[in-house]
Amino acid sequence: MAEKTSKLNEIGLSKEDYKGKQTTLCLGCGHNAIVGQIISACYELNIPPERVIKVSGIGCSSKAPTYFMDRAFGFNGLHGRMPSLATGALFGDTSLIGIGVSGDGDTASIGMGQFKHVTRRNLPLLYIVANNGVYGLTKGQFSATAEQGLALKKQGQNRYVPVDIVWEAIAGRASFVARTFSGDPQQLKALIIAGLHHRGIAVIDVISPCVTFNNQDDSFHSYAWGKSHEVALHELSFVPPVRAIKVQYEKGESLEVPLYDGTHIILKKLAHDYEPTDRAKALQMLEDANDRNELITGLIYINPKQKSLFDLYDLPDTPLNRLPNEKLRPDPKSLEEINNLMF
Amino acid sequence: MAKTQSKMQTQKVVNEFSINIATINGSGSQTANLTLIRSIFKMGIPVSGKNIFPSNIQGLPTWYKIRVSQAGYLGRSQKTEIAVAMNPKTFGDDLADLDAGGIFLYADHIKEPIDRDDLILCPMPVKSIVKETKPPRELRDYVANMVYVGVLAYLLDIQLETIESALDFHFKGKQGPIDFNLSVIHDSFHWAENNLEIVSPFQVQPLDLTEGCNLANGNTAGGLGTIYGGMHFVSWYPITPATSLPEAILEYAPGLRKDPETGKNTYAIIQAEDELAAIGMVVGAGWAGLRAMTATSGPGLSLMSEYASLAYFVEIPVVVWVIQRVGPSTGLPTRTAQGDVNQTYNLGQGDTKHIVLIPGSVKECFEFGWKALDLADKLQTPVFVLSDLDLGQNQWMTPPFEYPDEPIDRGKILWEEDLEKIKDEWGRYLDLDGDNIPYRTVPGNQHPKSAYYARGTGHDDFANYSEKPEEWEKNLDRINRKIESSRAILPKPEITTRSGAKSGVIAFGSTDSAVRETCDLLQDEGLILDYLRVRALPVASEVLDFIRAYERIYVVENNRDGQMHSILSLEIPDRATTLVSLSHIDGMPLSADWIKAAVMEEEKS
Repeated sequence: MAEKTSKLNEIGLSKEDYKGKQTTLCLGCGHNAIVGQIISACYELNIPPERVIKVSGIGCSSKAPTYFMDRAFGFNGLHGRMPSLATGALFGDTSLIGIGVSGDGDTASIGMGQFKHVTRRNLPLLYIVANNGVYGLTKGQFSATAEQGLALKKQGQNRYVPVDIVWEAIAGRASFVARTFSGDPQQLKALIIAGLHHRGIAVIDVISPCVTFNNQDDSFHSYAWGKSHEVALHELSFVPPVRAIKVQYEKGESLEVPLYDGTHIILKKLAHDYEPTDRAKALQMLEDANDRNELITGLIYINPKQKSLFDLYDLPDTPLNRLPNEKLRPDPKSLEEINNLMF
Repeated sequence: MAKTQSKMQTQKVVNEFSINIATINGSGSQTANLTLIRSIFKMGIPVSGKNIFPSNIQGLPTWYKIRVSQAGYLGRSQKTEIAVAMNPKTFGDDLADLDAGGIFLYADHIKEPIDRDDLILCPMPVKSIVKETKPPRELRDYVANMVYVGVLAYLLDIQLETIESALDFHFKGKQGPIDFNLSVIHDSFHWAENNLEIVSPFQVQPLDLTEGCNLANGNTAGGLGTIYGGMHFVSWYPITPATSLPEAILEYAPGLRKDPETGKNTYAIIQAEDELAAIGMVVGAGWAGLRAMTATSGPGLSLMSEYASLAYFVEIPVVVWVIQRVGPSTGLPTRTAQGDVNQTYNLGQGDTKHIVLIPGSVKECFEFGWKALDLADKLQTPVFVLSDLDLGQNQWMTPPFEYPDEPIDRGKILWEEDLEKIKDEWGRYLDLDGDNIPYRTVPGNQHPKSAYYARGTGHDDFANYSEKPEEWEKNLDRINRKIESSRAILPKPEITTRSGAKSGVIAFGSTDSAVRETCDLLQDEGLILDYLRVRALPVASEVLDFIRAYERIYVVENNRDGQMHSILSLEIPDRATTLVSLSHIDGMPLSADWIKAAVMEEEKS
């Protein structure tokens, strides 16, 4: 066991090097599974923790960045306003990898505006929504993703129809949108890996049961419901460029999506004959799955060619936050010219 | 009704009068008004222009008040010696507001009754002059305003060559529009020369008092100052009257902030979806080691409150320009005020307290533009620059902008090699130097010990989550000492003394010129006042010394409740009863006439 944990990745780090503080979330909380898979994915991808910025808003979900990668810079910002914080922060050094963890309250209620705008700007950011349909930190109120009719102890029945985060992300023109289930660690990790290689916003809506306040067997956000209603669209693999030739898939059964950095995502078709590159079809598929009462998981939409936010700015290779002072202040002559040009 | 007449002329009033021009917004009057003010300025006469405009794009009344003052008084005057009435809807009011003996110019197609006989009337055949110059149909309404420029040039002796150079500047040398506008002005001038029997008692005579100065507004100056301050990142959301500040950056930065070696931009600007996001982006950028700035006005400032409080507590440098307009609520969006002093000073929940710089001139807007970025980095805290619509958007005579006399100060940032050198333990909030300012690292630093977790929740010296009472108190007290210590390094107050003064006056921001004028007026009445202009909060010790030195101090400000007065009263409670609040808000810049009357009223009691 001890030998296994000390195994080093290609940059000489063990999984321990990717860990954070001891979790303070409830035992069995789906969010812990998300934390575990972020750690595994970054370890496997040989990402130096120092190259990661982890950001979050407020809520149970937003505590998660504390529990992974102590050696990464992190910022626990304001409720619903992680997207703006991440946008400004990543301009500091656009080569860094942004990982944002948000919740359904954080994203689909107070933060809906910022969520839609960060998707439309296509900020390179892995945007994970730990979605449990309930406000945990304030002890069990409905969130905007709670299904209509859901009964909670203190709240009674939920009157309103839910917000579908995946639908909103696609409508908001996010360039990578996926849904998964925290009880499906393999798929969760595959999507995180793919998302980390996507240049643009990668929204992953993770149905992540709240074992304390919203885990009744008939609830959309429960383990039992997820286990019995999950329909995976495909089996996902991620292929780094050097290994691409080693993987063989039978023609017609898989779809390869090349990413900007030369890597590929391979989607092996399962229940549906589905290609996630058509926005309108993706939305239709979500509607159909909703009618069938299915929890569709997998990579639902991807457009690897969409320009990222940083592609729209003509920035130097040196990160802005490392530019020397002399590059920041125009010379005295230029001010003289401005003074002369004024009336 | 009285015809044009010449009998009322008395002694000439030279270079000391105000012109009130009433037009309809969206009719192109701005070009005509700027041409007038620039022409007079070019003649070497100090002049200021205040745009009193509606929150509307086209069709509502708008006024432009030009004050010509060889004494150099640039504040608003309550007197109007010359009125130009181009708007039928406000004709009656414009007529009533004109001082006795004044000249009333009006478009002669306005058929409104004129019920005063103490004025010099000057109807202008605007339509026929415009018709004769045969403008393209779409320009007809726009050039109509050039008629009063020509007539005023004749009446006041404004030199036509200065008008030409004003038009040349306005149209950036484009000969077509220059020539066309000029031809309307010439025709109007000649019509006046050939037809008017009146002689103006008001006149401009060339001086050399504007030599070396420019005409500019505070928002452009603030934007330029920000660029020269080495900003990396601007995020903003449009709001009157702050918008023109980021827009000045958008205009000037592409030419000034390209790296000559790589040709790449050394900055980025994002128009955010709202003020919540604008401040969020700026806080994220400040945390990541960028010199970040946003600009807003009252309603946007309210939305920025939560992140401002976080930035104070997490100790993140950001700069926020606040261009005040009239509140509460949506208020009067296009009118000036100084009503956000308290809101800015304490923006945020809990014991939040910010550093506030208060420029009092266009030149100072430039200076505080770069200085604010240095102070924010040095003190690792938000720095607010509190300006207002009058200073930000109106035209002021200003000396040229001065190149920063201090190098860029990035404050205490540790990079990889710095962390290697540090012998002692480093913690984000550990006060290693005993000056209450810890060292910070920024994302991108590859040293394994560089990272920390920033959070708006309670934290210890190492940025770990903490709810311990003693840790909370220690941290918050240190932050307070840090802000308190800034009193010594923030811009000092500007003090003007006169011999024999027993009372003083304290003011700040855009009222500076009006207060100086008041002090001159009161001296003529035998009341001598020394004057202190507050340039930063928290106030320097010099402000308290000043208050202690006089029997009575008037605190003048453009708001209802006397917000600066209450801040000062709390600073020096034992002298609070000597502080007399003179505050007033009606949407107009404070005038010397009002301040003088308010002081005289207090002096009676």
